[in-house]
Amino acid sequence: MEAFTTHTGRAVPLRRGNVDTDQIIPAHWLKKVTRDGFEDGLFEAWRKDPEFVLNRPERAGASVLVAGPDFGTGSSREHAVWALQNYGFRAVVSSRFADIFRGNSLKNGLLTVVLPQETVEALWRLTETDPAAEVTVDLVGRQVRAEGITADFALDENARWRLLEGLDDIGLTLRHADDITAYEARRPSFKPSTTPLGAQF
Amino acid sequence: MGRTLAEKVWDDHVVTRAEGEPDLLFIDLHLLHEVTSPQAFDGLRKAGRAVRRLDLTIATEDHNTPTLDIDKPIADPVSRTQLETLRRNCAEFGVRLHPLGDVEQGVVHVVGPQLGLTQPGTTVVCGDSHTSTHGAFGALAFGIGTSQVEHVLATQTLPLAPFRTMAVTVEGELPEGVTAKDLILAVIARIGTGGGQGYVIEYRGSAIEKLSMEARMTVCNMSIEAGARAGMIAPDETTFAYLKGRPHAPAGDDWDAAVAYWRTLRTDDDAVFDHEVVIDAAGLSPFVTWGTNPGQGAPLSAAVPDPASYSDPSDRFAAEKALEYMGLTAGQALRDVTVDTVFVGSCTNGRIEDLRAAAAVLDGRRIADGVRMLVVPGSVRVGLQAVEEGLDKVFTAAGAEWRHAGCSMCLGMNPDQLAPGERCASTSNRNFEGRQGKGGRTHLVSPQVAAATAVLGHLASPADLAGRTGASDVRTPVEA
Repeated sequence: MEAFTTHTGRAVPLRRGNVDTDQIIPAHWLKKVTRDGFEDGLFEAWRKDPEFVLNRPERAGASVLVAGPDFGTGSSREHAVWALQNYGFRAVVSSRFADIFRGNSLKNGLLTVVLPQETVEALWRLTETDPAAEVTVDLVGRQVRAEGITADFALDENARWRLLEGLDDIGLTLRHADDITAYEARRPSFKPSTTPLGAQF
Repeated sequence: MGRTLAEKVWDDHVVTRAEGEPDLLFIDLHLLHEVTSPQAFDGLRKAGRAVRRLDLTIATEDHNTPTLDIDKPIADPVSRTQLETLRRNCAEFGVRLHPLGDVEQGVVHVVGPQLGLTQPGTTVVCGDSHTSTHGAFGALAFGIGTSQVEHVLATQTLPLAPFRTMAVTVEGELPEGVTAKDLILAVIARIGTGGGQGYVIEYRGSAIEKLSMEARMTVCNMSIEAGARAGMIAPDETTFAYLKGRPHAPAGDDWDAAVAYWRTLRTDDDAVFDHEVVIDAAGLSPFVTWGTNPGQGAPLSAAVPDPASYSDPSDRFAAEKALEYMGLTAGQALRDVTVDTVFVGSCTNGRIEDLRAAAAVLDGRRIADGVRMLVVPGSVRVGLQAVEEGLDKVFTAAGAEWRHAGCSMCLGMNPDQLAPGERCASTSNRNFEGRQGKGGRTHLVSPQVAAATAVLGHLASPADLAGRTGASDVRTPVEA
């Protein structure tokens, strides 16, 4: 995973709540078997409207998405995270994220920042007034900074450390391989097995 | 202090616990399908890793599979590639796969329970948010992303952040004609699509205890639509009776040991939930959605709400956008909303009891002119059972299309889709914009409401068919 320390970029105000993962990346894009090439599918239906915020020329190259509450609800598709990253987003700010989306984002180095709705609205006002305004998302200092806005955010220490170091979760878990083996040895025999019935090993 | 069902299952799966680190949990059952697994297998290949526990892993094909002409090559080359990729990956890594055409194929959340693989007190994961379905057995079951799919394949564990507990207590009797689907839609409308965020919900109370296993699966299935991490129901005699004798259920001494363990899982009397919601079953009625998220629902007898009635500005804006997308007017009676499509199926309502319920309404009746109705069994086994009971004949005689098993019209990944502007009464779980096809409009309903809607051509419940002849009204009782 690519490490995330601090990022400064222009913002996109997405004044919508309950943005579900079907809006972020529609299902027909999920047929792809790669982790890249999803940028054109990002918000595909909404982007057909030339007035949609992402289509505005002043938003080109922006890298911090500032969204309404309950961002990423619905399906578990990690493709939603890949689509945001493929498009060029490094961070998403919202007052509340759906759990699975949040987990997926942090495993891919897309920083999802939870801030109070009033701070989200302050960021909306700032970037709508001045689209060139830059927003800094600082994971080291756990702070979002922009003209007239300084907001601390929380992120659990373990997730933060993995992001800062760009660590591979699987590698970390495999350091506990002996513990996993010990757990397996004490599992009861009645636990289910998918081994085909009648199969011999 | 006592522990809840969810806490007990969690505690029994902790592999490592350390200050400042998420618990590492062992995963008992990993279900795979074609959509969220290809990149995970790629990751394994790149790192030179194997699947740690092939005996706890099983795959099927469901999202992309067509429900017609399944003996012919899949027309969409991208869908075909995705299915072929799953087949190649399963062959290469040695994973048990039930592909299209196999008798055990079907929607992954229908297949696991019917094989008896989903059991109380287990941890179940799948790269699909509706994995919450399996919580109906008292399993801790949740959807995961592709990175986590790779993690489970490689380690059979997941590091997981702690959760909070919520009790949704439903007491009393569900009125005649009110189903598990109506109940869960009402719960979601009550707590909102984000109301369950961070929580594992336990559904409890006398109304929940009276539900069949299949109805419990419908309830737990939609926990994710309330934003919950999982939904669970304590295992009881109904659970044990459902499991006994299933292909992968424990047998002999193992059965006795398993049941003894399962009985210990119930939430202790002195356990405390972080949050509780109480619902009176008797106050529920057939429930439908009018908007573009599953929380935007109302009783069928109500009218489309006026966005101006919402005090919260973002709710008001969401309602305005939803009415615009759905082509509805505030104040319009929901019963006046006409549909052109009806879909019965999905991991929410594609099991045999759902098909029986829809068939009972359609028996001896015809669907309205101009309405297209798809009935899609959740698995091949469900389809075979329906045929044995003659339900397929009831559906086709009524003018509905009887299809092969799969996710079908629940999501726009296979040929079963709405055209732009088409309106569907659907027994599936999501009414998001474009979910059933670009520009399609979805009303979430129970199988009974779906069938009555198909007959009348507008949103309706079986009670609205009173006085209209159906086989159940004219048939003479069979002599014993």
